Amino acid sequence: MSGIISWGSYIPLWRLDRKAISNNLRGEKAIAGFDEDSITMAVAATIDCLKGFDRQKVDALFFCTTTSPYKEKLGAAIVATAVDLRKDIISADFSNSLRAGTTALKAAIDGVKSGSLDRVLVVASDCRLGAPGSNWEISCGDGAAAFLIGTSEVIAEIEAFYSICDEMMDIWRAEDDRFIRSSESRFILHEGFARVSREAIAGLMRSFHLKEKDFNKAIFALPDPRAQTALAKSFGFDIKTQLQDSLFNWMGETGAAYSLMLLEATLEDAKENDRFLLLSYGNGSDVMSVKVSRGIEKRPENRSLKKYIESKKVIEDYKTYARWRELLPFVKPPRPLGLASPTALWRELDQNIRLYGVKCKTCGTVQYPPQEICTRCHSKGGFEKVRFSDKRGRLFTYSVDYISWAPEMPSVTAIINFEGGGRIQSLMADTKIDEIKIDMPVEMSFRKMDFREGINVYSWKCVPIRH
Amino acid sequence: MESIKDKVAIIGMGCTKFGELWEKGPYDLIVDSCYEAFEDAGVEPKDIQAAWFASLVSGFTGSRLSNALKLEYKPITRVENFCSGGIHALANACYAVASGVCDIALACGVEKLKDRASGFAMVNPEPVDSSKVIPETPPANMFAHIAIRYFHDHGWEIEEGRRILAQISVKSHNNGILCPKAHLQQKISVEDVLKALMIVYPLGLYDCCGLSDGSAAAIVVRADMAKDFRDDYVLVKGFGFCSGAGQAILQDDYDFLHIQENIEAAKMAYLQAGIKNPRDEIDVAQVHDCFSIHELILYEELGFSPKGKAREDVEAGTFALDGELPVNTDGGLKCFGHPLSASGLRMIYEIYKQLQEKAGPRQVKNAKVGLTHNAGGMIGSLNAAVGIFGRRD
Repeated sequence: MSGIISWGSYIPLWRLDRKAISNNLRGEKAIAGFDEDSITMAVAATIDCLKGFDRQKVDALFFCTTTSPYKEKLGAAIVATAVDLRKDIISADFSNSLRAGTTALKAAIDGVKSGSLDRVLVVASDCRLGAPGSNWEISCGDGAAAFLIGTSEVIAEIEAFYSICDEMMDIWRAEDDRFIRSSESRFILHEGFARVSREAIAGLMRSFHLKEKDFNKAIFALPDPRAQTALAKSFGFDIKTQLQDSLFNWMGETGAAYSLMLLEATLEDAKENDRFLLLSYGNGSDVMSVKVSRGIEKRPENRSLKKYIESKKVIEDYKTYARWRELLPFVKPPRPLGLASPTALWRELDQNIRLYGVKCKTCGTVQYPPQEICTRCHSKGGFEKVRFSDKRGRLFTYSVDYISWAPEMPSVTAIINFEGGGRIQSLMADTKIDEIKIDMPVEMSFRKMDFREGINVYSWKCVPIRH
Repeated sequence: MESIKDKVAIIGMGCTKFGELWEKGPYDLIVDSCYEAFEDAGVEPKDIQAAWFASLVSGFTGSRLSNALKLEYKPITRVENFCSGGIHALANACYAVASGVCDIALACGVEKLKDRASGFAMVNPEPVDSSKVIPETPPANMFAHIAIRYFHDHGWEIEEGRRILAQISVKSHNNGILCPKAHLQQKISVEDVLKALMIVYPLGLYDCCGLSDGSAAAIVVRADMAKDFRDDYVLVKGFGFCSGAGQAILQDDYDFLHIQENIEAAKMAYLQAGIKNPRDEIDVAQVHDCFSIHELILYEELGFSPKGKAREDVEAGTFALDGELPVNTDGGLKCFGHPLSASGLRMIYEIYKQLQEKAGPRQVKNAKVGLTHNAGGMIGSLNAAVGIFGRRD
């Protein structure tokens, strides 16, 4: 049996009330903070997924997105490093398609089934941008989901997979486009969503001798909730009980991550022997049959898309969103942070990206960043690596800066003391000033610190514990 | 190891007005401060045998000084230690004349902070990571960390703590009004301080020193030569310098209530000067009030207030001009302004004038022993410096 061993997700803390876009709209869409992107969200979802699992046992990482911050650079390399995986893994970006996440699931399943890989991490993450005033701006949300695929301790088996490759100019972006382009919406609805999905589902059922009644629920990750219900109806699924909610009003549709996030939502309430029909769309369609096994009883704890949906801060001011997405030009005050040095960034990967400190083998003092000479006993003897990215800590002291420039002001600097020893000074994100108190518990979150000279500079900030 | 006590004398000093000196470039400021010093000492530029020059943003090498003063083919070294650059320049000059390798040496500090829109733009190359991933912590943030923790540990509400700090700023502003060379000459009240723009919580506009342009200079000779230049020379009694090793951030039990570098530097200086009871034996002091919270903790760290009594002393006016131990009699960094590398020498200039009874309306009676203190860098990695000066016997 090959399938899903664990899952994790991430939805940013922030929601834009759709009324900020236009008064007649309903619901909220999840929006990444100014310091988040598809890579930072992928890291969060992956760490969520791997809680309780040995990260050294992951053999492959597939990063799936339509909004990589780089046109040419392996996003999977940054994610794998931040998540502290081994170096000798298979790594790839699955990009440019809304169905990249499910395609990667297929590759993962084939890898473990054939025995060439033991555990594969598939993470899909998107941060899509619709032009101001467009339907895409209304519908798109930001988020990420990660699945650990393997052949032992499987919670849900991916028992069948069928795919259609279909060329059409329905939804796309060209080389230099910031905003999503799409053709006539009725064309997309009929000849895109409806036609291609039906063909793919029919193909799955035919090839694997399945019928509609074999499925408890359908998960139709089409980028339009009306198309989802229309497709469900056309196959005889009861839209109230047998169609996974589109989460349009709480999250929006999250691009390449959408199919995986909806799958997680479904799995959260699943029982042994449930069978789900999962469909994703993008120049074709991937459909698969997911069967829940007895392992669901041991479903990973504290992994919950619902909890991410429920923990939120709502923004009602469009200007904040426009600033975060750099839709409005703004002048950066002259506070140069210095040059981004690729050599220094590479040399300091352990401390900046893996968030390693060290523990002195002689006196046991935990210190960050890694030192050549122990701060306490001054021995040059030797150190063990200590990973801080999954540790929790408490706020020892802080400052709230009203005049230095940051994309979001005021900016908060925190001194954190960690469980197990060690201290880090970092910026604090996702926080409201009046909630900050000495001793409050915090955890670490991978964020984009800056963009300079074409380099996205990543590291970690602390955040109040989400849930 | 020997003490510097009574081995070196300051025979001349100069100090420009500090402020927003748009029309003055670095050369102009160097000429102004150094020529005042030459005149005060009764020497000519060509008498200078060696010089030490401190600047963070206004010069990379000693040639800045040689070009400004037209010192031809003299040994000149640039010194840099953030805010304690100025006193380090002086100390190097003192060690040179004390050793006998030269007879007359010059120390000068200059800074044109207003040439940069953001002051000393935060491009600290160290001690933080060379990849510079984490935004540098501006100084105000570092001292806010201390203020937050200090208020918390003393059980003070934020407003209560801010009121205590405000009294320090008010005291310094009262002194600044009496000092024509100071950048700011403005009386303020505690309410003004509390209502002012927040800079980095809990420090507001009046808790923070300003960024200014300026220069100051000193000329030193070996003590046994000093009487050939003037009668009222000022003796160097002791120096204490130290640099932190990052302990505040690397060690999770550092309490953010004190700055150990200040304590260690003071200890060294008092040992050199033979001072056992600073509160009694120091008559006047200029300390590094970059932020009001720093001055507050310095009172205890320098041994002016008994441990835990700094607040009492603030409220009793101990450190006011008419108090038991006047601190920052020329308005401090707060009012005089803080062109980093010039400040250490400006503080010594005030002490020098006080000891010569030339401080006019700011004169402290019977000022015989004076102290200056600076600290530059980041919390845990500060370069602290204490100088003690005295009248000749």
